[in-house]
Amino acid sequence: MKLKTTLLASVIACAPMAVLAADLTIGFSQIGSESGWRAAETTVTKQEAEKRGITLKFADAQQKQENQIKALRSFIAQGVDAILIAPVVATGWDEVLEEAADAEIPVVLLDRTVDADKSLYLTAVTSDLVHEGKVAGEWLVSEMNGANCRIVELQGTTGSSPAIDRKAGFEQGIAGHDNLQIVRSQTGDFTRAQGKVVMESFLKAEGGENICALYAHNDDMAVGAIQAIKEAGLKPGEDIKIVAIDAVPDAHKAIADGEMNATIELTPNMAGPALEALEAYLADGTEPAKWIQTESKLFTAKDDNLAIFNAKKDLGY
Amino acid sequence: MSSPPVGPRPSILKRIMPQLLILGVALALNVAVFPEFFQIDFRNGRLFGNLIDVLNRGAPVALLCIGMTLVIATKGIDLSVGAVMAIAGAVAAAMVVEGHGWGTAVLAALAAGGLCGLWNGFLVAVLRIQPIVATLVLMVAGRGVAQLVTEGKILTFDNPGLIHLGAGTVAGVPTPILIWLALAALVTFGVRKTALGMLIEAIGINERSSRLAGINSRVLLICVYLVSGLCAALAGVIVAADIKGADANNAGLWLELDAILAVVIGGNSLLGGRFSIIASLIGALIIQSVNSVILLSGLPPEFNLVIKALLILGILVIQSPRIGNFIYLLRASGPQPQPEPPHSTQEEAAR
Amino acid sequence: MKDTPTHPMPVLHARGISKFFPGTIALDDVDLRLMPGEVHALLGENGAGKSTLIKCLTGAYRRDAGTLMLDGQDVAPGSTADSQLLGIGTVYQEVNLLPNLTVAENLYLGRQPMRRGFIARRRMNAQARDVLAGYGLDIDPAEPLTAYSVAIQQVVAIARAVEMSGKVLILDEPTASLDRDEVQLLFGVIRQVKARGLAVVFITHFLDQVFEISDRATVLRNGRVVGECLLRDVTQRDVVTMMLGRQLEAQVKTRDTGRPGKTLLDIKGLGKRGMIAPFSLTIREGEVVGLAGLLGSGRTETANLIFGAVPADHGQVLLRGREIGLRNPRDAVAHRFALCPEDRKIDGIVGDLSVRDNIILALQARQGWMRPIPRAKIEEIAQSYVRALDIRLASLDMPIRLLSGGNQQKALLARWLATNPDFLILDEPTRGIDVGAHAEIIALIEQLRADGMALLVASSELEELVAYSTRVIVLRDREQVSELTGDQITPDNIINAIATEDAA
Repeated sequence: MKLKTTLLASVIACAPMAVLAADLTIGFSQIGSESGWRAAETTVTKQEAEKRGITLKFADAQQKQENQIKALRSFIAQGVDAILIAPVVATGWDEVLEEAADAEIPVVLLDRTVDADKSLYLTAVTSDLVHEGKVAGEWLVSEMNGANCRIVELQGTTGSSPAIDRKAGFEQGIAGHDNLQIVRSQTGDFTRAQGKVVMESFLKAEGGENICALYAHNDDMAVGAIQAIKEAGLKPGEDIKIVAIDAVPDAHKAIADGEMNATIELTPNMAGPALEALEAYLADGTEPAKWIQTESKLFTAKDDNLAIFNAKKDLGY
Repeated sequence: MSSPPVGPRPSILKRIMPQLLILGVALALNVAVFPEFFQIDFRNGRLFGNLIDVLNRGAPVALLCIGMTLVIATKGIDLSVGAVMAIAGAVAAAMVVEGHGWGTAVLAALAAGGLCGLWNGFLVAVLRIQPIVATLVLMVAGRGVAQLVTEGKILTFDNPGLIHLGAGTVAGVPTPILIWLALAALVTFGVRKTALGMLIEAIGINERSSRLAGINSRVLLICVYLVSGLCAALAGVIVAADIKGADANNAGLWLELDAILAVVIGGNSLLGGRFSIIASLIGALIIQSVNSVILLSGLPPEFNLVIKALLILGILVIQSPRIGNFIYLLRASGPQPQPEPPHSTQEEAAR
Repeated sequence: MKDTPTHPMPVLHARGISKFFPGTIALDDVDLRLMPGEVHALLGENGAGKSTLIKCLTGAYRRDAGTLMLDGQDVAPGSTADSQLLGIGTVYQEVNLLPNLTVAENLYLGRQPMRRGFIARRRMNAQARDVLAGYGLDIDPAEPLTAYSVAIQQVVAIARAVEMSGKVLILDEPTASLDRDEVQLLFGVIRQVKARGLAVVFITHFLDQVFEISDRATVLRNGRVVGECLLRDVTQRDVVTMMLGRQLEAQVKTRDTGRPGKTLLDIKGLGKRGMIAPFSLTIREGEVVGLAGLLGSGRTETANLIFGAVPADHGQVLLRGREIGLRNPRDAVAHRFALCPEDRKIDGIVGDLSVRDNIILALQARQGWMRPIPRAKIEEIAQSYVRALDIRLASLDMPIRLLSGGNQQKALLARWLATNPDFLILDEPTRGIDVGAHAEIIALIEQLRADGMALLVASSELEELVAYSTRVIVLRDREQVSELTGDQITPDNIINAIATEDAA
């Protein structure tokens, strides 16, 4: 309900400003709304366009590549100034990207990349999964400050690239610090329910007092694990340090409540850097780098998590 | 005129003995990988231990397999229970988020589950669609319905009453354990103290004969799918309450297969007929014990599915008729082809 | 065929065969001599040991004692495949062929004529046609087996067994599901096989057939041989006496013309398009109405229509003068109707349920699941019917499918009698059951009629219909063609009614 109202509000707010600015018209082909993060990305993209006075033409592809290709062709036919696309798959884009290039419409990839010639798109704005894990590991290293720490890890879905990369990044982050040791690592399938179940078994297998920290590949699993820790009579955030990735609103709330220690943001704001690069390119032809890496920002108790929670909670997460 | 010998009725213990033995082995495996497996503490106002976890985490599958046992006894199958869990969880969450009490929310979730069950029952009993196809409809569509209710996100709530059903305790015992035990007792009592159990078995064994004997097979079929839907709804509420949120994408995902597996491990035939809810429940606990072995073993998650597959395969092989015969022969020594049917007192022993 | 007692050389001679199952002696010192070129009937009530003996001969069971000589050689077949190679072929009631293959493929399965590594299909079909022609069968062997009737399938099975084995042919209840003409077809084939010098073992419940086709009989009772006899020297009564070990009381017809009873059921123009032409029928209390007619004449359809198993599309049924609706069996049961169906296995028993549950099933269904019959009451009902109908079983807990045919039938009767019906429909109540149970069921029908019940009995056994019917309705081509009453009821009259084209 809230999501709809927000969207409606932003559309209404958007309309007159766009007419005033009337400078740029940009098409945005979104994959769909399969997750909360995706919904937040859509909301933020609309907000970023509105902020800059850009007219955004939005197309939801409902997880289908052919819908995205159709949307791109329609954008080209309408003669938009630029195109943002979050591609649903990596392959099969060459033809439509060439059509865009022929029409001299720059294309920016959001969140994911494609297997196509780099000259066919202006730049790609994505996060770095390995880097996210590394930030989490480095945070724990500094937090422990040399003290011994037995870590349990909740992995993402076995075999998925976020699970592999975030695990590798974390291991890089703690490499060379023998006081930190991963003692148990098991998959929680990126879900709250499994996060809780697996944490329960960690607590029993290791003994809750022998676990010093939890690293979860996403916040959902961490939120589930927090409940397991509480039910075991321990204080999450104190007895067991918790660091996870994504920075969804519930994680900020948990940090504000002192039940979680840190989360690394996978920002839904891919559009901000993308639009910035586009504006510069369209204004004076400044070529951006081929890959714009979004910031993997670390949030801890030092930040005003309650305020961030309130700001984020209506983004559609 | 000979009066038939009044032998002892086949005892429940004898029926569930194979399942109990396998459960024993599964628990022993747990002890092998984690010696303190049976240790139970009282911590933070609740019983705390791996055995409690097995009982608690087994709750969704245990609840599902109660209904599934009845459905399978009628020669049917209900593939939709996982999706129905997602719907019920979503409905309960949406209700408390909109400010209703937890009681109303649970009733609404049960109503949603019941409706799903009636729909399946209608397709199977009235339209005579094969159960596997009929319930596939809801299995596929149900999750979409749940996502409509949650608007695609994890619908979180903090209603203490509802949360209590999943994460709370009563006298130290986690509530889900009490819920599935109570429902199992209720349903077992309901089918065995009334004639329902026998009539359901009769339909599953020979529906034509049952109909000709005056059994209202249509109503009974709808009933078992209704019960299955209600069990799934309860499981869905518990799963949502456990994580204080309704996750339409993941709640109950693939649990229909675990529930069917539990019924099969419980020694109930997929071809319908004689059933034992208790044996199915032990089957559910066996599955959960296997999950527990995997978690406690500390092996990397890449091995999870392989280990589970091997253990389940082992269980099913041990239960297969051929192996069963082999074990019987080892015990009874001397080949035992089926004796000629009439008036031999050996029938019972030979089976 | 001349049979001299001095002829010393049986094809197959089993001596002192014994087979034990824990706690029972299934076969006790059994001898069996099979002469070449004879049809040898193996007789006995269900449970006498016929099947066990056959299984010991064919290697399906391992015998615990005794010797088996084939053409004077000691043999010990370890499996049915072994015995086939030795020369002993078996054909069962349920044809054990592959229905989706062609007739020729079934005939030659496993030993197809080959040509350059491929099956020589044309040659195989031609050979099959020749072989079957030898049995007086002119069919296309390239057609799938299912294209033909059970009788023809039986003949194919026999032809296969004879071709493969060629010394002894065992026929286990081959005629159980065949009609009169088909039985004659089969007998023609058996005579051919006999003429070729094979020994044929014939197992059946139909004594008429035994006397028609067999030369000699061995009678078993309780696992022992009671006697071996040349059938031309004995009467049916002698054989029955040997089988039962007691004198079967003659079925003396005591037609009770006294009380006609009140009209119970008045059926007016009941029918269903494409199934049975509308018919009218009045049934009074204390009378047995027989339904006669050939297979497919509409006997079963009539029974099913009156019971609501198939809803009628026109006509009405009046029960004691009041119209009732019969949309399904539940309606019928609620009005105290009962139906013992023709096909026990498919429409009658609930195989895996205990005998006890099967007996109370209809009563419980009528009461509804909310009102379970108390356990003590169930026990009382089950026990009393087991005693009254002499149902032989090891325990009331045993699944009903383990009972013999006759005992299953009695248990089904018990199921319906337990509902205390006013109107009992029996469809082929004596099919496929042994002689003893046969007589008991006929006596029971008499008894129920005398007690004032109204019965409708469909049967293909004319003698039987004549014995118990107060009236006989004759059906032909799904229409009622005749009604016989009183002294008109004789087998000849029924046959005439069935056979004569409607002249009126």
